[in-house]
Amino acid sequence: MTETPEAGLLAREPGERNYLTDGTTVRSWLLTTDHKRIALLYAAGITFFFFLGGAAATLIRAELVTPKGDLLSADTYNRVFTLHGVIMVWFFLVPSIPTTLGNFLLPLMIGADEVAYPKLNLFSWYLWLSGGLLTLFALLAGGVDTGWTFYTPFSTLYSNSHVLLAAAGVFVAGFSSIATGINFLATIHLLRAKGMTWMRLPLFAWSMYTTSLVMVLATPVLAMALLLVFAERAFGMPIFDPRSGGDPILFQHLFWFYSHPAVYIMVLPAMGVVSEVIACEARRRVFGYEFMVYAMLMIALIGFMVWGHHMFVSGQSPFASLVFSALSFVIAVPSAIKVFNWTGTLYRGQIRFSTPMLYALGFVGLFTLGGLTGLFLASLPVDVELTDTYFVTAHFHYIMVGGSVSAFFAGLHFWWPKITGRMYSETMGKFAAVSMFFGFNFTFFPQFILGYMGMPRRYHEYPPEFQPWQVMSSTGAVVLAFAYLWPLFYLTWSLVKGPRADDNPHDATGLEWQTSSPPPTGNFNTPPVVTEAPYGYHPQGFAPHSAAPTEQAQTP
Amino acid sequence: MTDTALQKPWADAERQRVATQFGVWMFLATETLFFGGIFLFYTVSRIENSAGFMAGARHTDVWFGSINTVVLLTSSLTMAIAERAVRIGAVPLARAMYFATIALGLCFVTVKGFEYWKDVSEHLLPGRDFPIAQTGASEFWAFYWTVTVVHAIHLTIGLGIVARMLLIPRDQLAARWTTAEGTALYWHLVDVVWVFLYPLLYLAGR
Repeated sequence: MTETPEAGLLAREPGERNYLTDGTTVRSWLLTTDHKRIALLYAAGITFFFFLGGAAATLIRAELVTPKGDLLSADTYNRVFTLHGVIMVWFFLVPSIPTTLGNFLLPLMIGADEVAYPKLNLFSWYLWLSGGLLTLFALLAGGVDTGWTFYTPFSTLYSNSHVLLAAAGVFVAGFSSIATGINFLATIHLLRAKGMTWMRLPLFAWSMYTTSLVMVLATPVLAMALLLVFAERAFGMPIFDPRSGGDPILFQHLFWFYSHPAVYIMVLPAMGVVSEVIACEARRRVFGYEFMVYAMLMIALIGFMVWGHHMFVSGQSPFASLVFSALSFVIAVPSAIKVFNWTGTLYRGQIRFSTPMLYALGFVGLFTLGGLTGLFLASLPVDVELTDTYFVTAHFHYIMVGGSVSAFFAGLHFWWPKITGRMYSETMGKFAAVSMFFGFNFTFFPQFILGYMGMPRRYHEYPPEFQPWQVMSSTGAVVLAFAYLWPLFYLTWSLVKGPRADDNPHDATGLEWQTSSPPPTGNFNTPPVVTEAPYGYHPQGFAPHSAAPTEQAQTP
Repeated sequence: MTDTALQKPWADAERQRVATQFGVWMFLATETLFFGGIFLFYTVSRIENSAGFMAGARHTDVWFGSINTVVLLTSSLTMAIAERAVRIGAVPLARAMYFATIALGLCFVTVKGFEYWKDVSEHLLPGRDFPIAQTGASEFWAFYWTVTVVHAIHLTIGLGIVARMLLIPRDQLAARWTTAEGTALYWHLVDVVWVFLYPLLYLAGR
């Protein structure tokens, strides 16, 4: 046997061309219009902001170990949790799955060689980066103390912090979101491969479609809301100022008209990822594929009609509250359909408890818990009691962190071989996945109890009787921090020493697995043609291990 | 019809045309929602403090507004001619019409500048010297300044993309008809927004 020459860090075979080896200069990355490279540009930025937001969370949890405010002053604490919220929402969660996995996978999944507007795609990364840098600058200049919601009149009249810079940063990042949304919608409408009908689209592609719809229709309203705050604070236009007849509640309406659908911007992509992972790792067709599609469309649609449930105690009319409460219950229906269908997909599956599957199963559980506690908050009498308590904090962290971040890690591990061409260590991956589930519950379940006991959000001091639960939460946060840092090491390690990945290491269906790992710049050497429905893991109607019919009566 | 300059990843002219229209219309939808936010502010203020809001509205100068409406609608005509001219390959006519559109756009901005100057000299900027005491009047003027500045920024961006059409070399202009369509759509949006702003700003309270 002869020695094969070393294939180098980026290519699988010596001399092989793929999207990573086509141009290795900094310029070739910063001016790229390749959707796969732009995905990696986003990934770099998102990782930075994730750990920045995480550092702020660490400070919060450290402060809350003792009832006294001994680490941070009240003002600093306000700035720290605002930083955590702003960074995590707009610079991690909203762009996380769509701009990284979405950018990378969407054209591959529908058999296209590019997104519809490649230059716009690059432009949207620069917009997002500029927004991020503006916000970062606001932070370095001293921070913002309004909370991520920028509520007026505090943000416009009273706050002594860098509201203008932060609002400008979010405003700019919003247009990046809009650009990505338009790009994905056009890509899915116009660039599907031959035979890729709407009902043959993988659920991840459908999740990108519905997410993009929400991005395109909700984000402009946030942009206008922030612009009005900017006009009032910077130029003294009395827009929300009650002394001139303005209405601060109007700001809340405009803000939540975006920010509630934004929750679905964060969770719909997660649902898409989890559907792909569960189907593949259970070796089953997705149970009720069409219902999954319609459920996502319903979530995107009804998501626009529930924003008022954030304002039950803001002084909106009781009738409006009643309607918003009822609609908030309605949106639980499609969400529940999805949970039932994921469970149905597992039924009689040959389940592999691989790293992505552990993350995905964690998602289903945590999303269910987060969703059900959402129903508590959608009911008027309970919400009046629980508004602005840790119960709310725990609820939305179950959806956003337990749900979306778990799913992001599921997708990251699932498609890691495709993106990088390398395999990570399964053992270490499973350890991280289990740690994340454990650490997450350890951190946030005590907060449900704290909220129920009456601990309000956003205070850096608290009565001593809350301390055991706060300490429990902070201890869990240590585990959670480990679970987030650990993949950084073994995934980086896999880039250097990981075994090279096959084109289809999970034996998955889907067009992205039919091209090489990592894919060539043009995605497919021959344009793919689709001839059947997705998730052909088994013949239609087939169930392995079907119980043999028996004639005898069962005896105990 | 002349040859079409194709952009990645489109295979043929018809597909690229659909893509351009799809993208621009989608963007216009977002713009509608963007302006929708500030129109909601207008609606709420006008309902909550009707008398004061109308009293404020009566201080706008209907002449400036009307002149600008004529100017901007004419610019939409020249833009429509330019777009059709590009499509049939009448390059000199198209360029002349693009120049006319830019000239009318600049004319709009200039008239707006004179109007702002008059408004400021009457202290109609909300603040300490604001002359109308009724509650709601300064709300109207907050709307006026914010929305007209936002509209002017849109118009300025529009001037930029029309100027970009003039930067395309003459022999390539006809092949860029899909770009011409997108440009025209955007310009018309700026115009349509103004069509809504004109009655809201200049006819309210009269």
